[in-house]
Amino acid sequence: MLRRFRLEEPETVKDASALLARYGEASRIYAGGTELLLAMKEGLIQYERLINVKKIPGLDRVELENGVVRIGALTTHRSLENDPLLRQQLPAFGQMERNIANVRVREMGTLGGNLCFAEPHADPGTLLMVLGAKLMAEKTSSKREIAAEQFFVDAYETCLEPDELLTEIRIPSTPRRAGVAYLKFGYLERPSVGLGLFLAWNGADTITEARVAVGCAGPKPRRVEESEGLLKGKTSKEASALLGRAGEIAGRAADAISDLHGAADYKQHIVGVLLKRAFQQILQDRSSKA
Amino acid sequence: MKKKIRITLNGNVVSPEVPAHRLLLDLLRDEIGLTGTKEGCGTGDCGACTVLLDGKPVNSCLVLSGELDGADIVTIEGLQIGRELHPIQQAFIQDGGAQCGYCTPGMLMMSKALLDENPNPTEEEIRFALAGNLCRCTGYAKIVKAVQDAAMELRTRHTARQ
Repeated sequence: MLRRFRLEEPETVKDASALLARYGEASRIYAGGTELLLAMKEGLIQYERLINVKKIPGLDRVELENGVVRIGALTTHRSLENDPLLRQQLPAFGQMERNIANVRVREMGTLGGNLCFAEPHADPGTLLMVLGAKLMAEKTSSKREIAAEQFFVDAYETCLEPDELLTEIRIPSTPRRAGVAYLKFGYLERPSVGLGLFLAWNGADTITEARVAVGCAGPKPRRVEESEGLLKGKTSKEASALLGRAGEIAGRAADAISDLHGAADYKQHIVGVLLKRAFQQILQDRSSKA
Repeated sequence: MKKKIRITLNGNVVSPEVPAHRLLLDLLRDEIGLTGTKEGCGTGDCGACTVLLDGKPVNSCLVLSGELDGADIVTIEGLQIGRELHPIQQAFIQDGGAQCGYCTPGMLMMSKALLDENPNPTEEEIRFALAGNLCRCTGYAKIVKAVQDAAMELRTRHTARQ
């Protein structure tokens, strides 16, 4: 049962930011509502005002500009799943979107809403970290760019200021000699563990860049530089032999907690399994393209 | 504070007054009296409350009616064509695609959304589309079969019209 609230419907980002500044913690941005309304129905959070941002034009576009895919924060998961530009430029991202929740949630839920709600058992944040994404935040007087790694502070908590809105997600196109994979595992509606891997290599098959991120297992998604350091500078074969170690490190870094989605040590183990599979998947994609 | 909205509901224009916090599911069931749409989990996972909003399947348990001004909504009560059952309804009956029936309205509306978008889905595509609609008694084999049969019937009718 939802308790009473007022619905504000600003038509610009500046107006929405001004409403946030005016009403503070008694208000919250409302986009797809698939997570916010759910938490409000359960009585976990209450607001006097919801600020519906869906009337703000121009925040639901997907564009390619100078090798960067720009995604408006109000773009729904469903339109990202079906977006031809995304399919061509960032297939791993489209695939991740296709496997979020169910069709109905994807129709309503937005990428920006998903990130801002910062529910720990969510997919996009983890993948955005390995893709080197930047998140654009805006308020009445200023705009700024936030690296995906900096965005999440804790469970349900981001680094956005009280009157800031997330407006756009910018993802650089994946280089030609690079591969990306996002894998998840879970047996409830939400994933227990998510893992993102980005690998770039040179003509001599040396890994020039490795990015590993883990999510869902702990309070927030995070990069694991120590695992990345093990893989970087190695050939594919050398790196394969180090995956067990890299997975153990990533498992510990996941900061896994025991909950309905699994015990902490179980989630840690799954992180290692997913890292190996993600690595194999990238190599398979690479050989099928060659 | 109530807001008057104008929506097309199963082909008819209605103009209810709704408070901001009224969910579409509650508007349909408690105020308009269309109780075909069911509440299952109330959290967007089970699909029992599926309706079509501007042709797209949504969880009516997680949609605010206050922002639906101008929307086109189709519920299970609007699925039949004239006085005849829709081929999807007919196929569910024929194939035994229902047992207790609680999930059935949601299954039918989700199937309608799928077949509107993809008139000739593979079995895998049907299972993927219905993966978020939970049935706890009949199992899914007959439901999938019903969607396949409905798809075939709809394609036959479409071809006959051309």
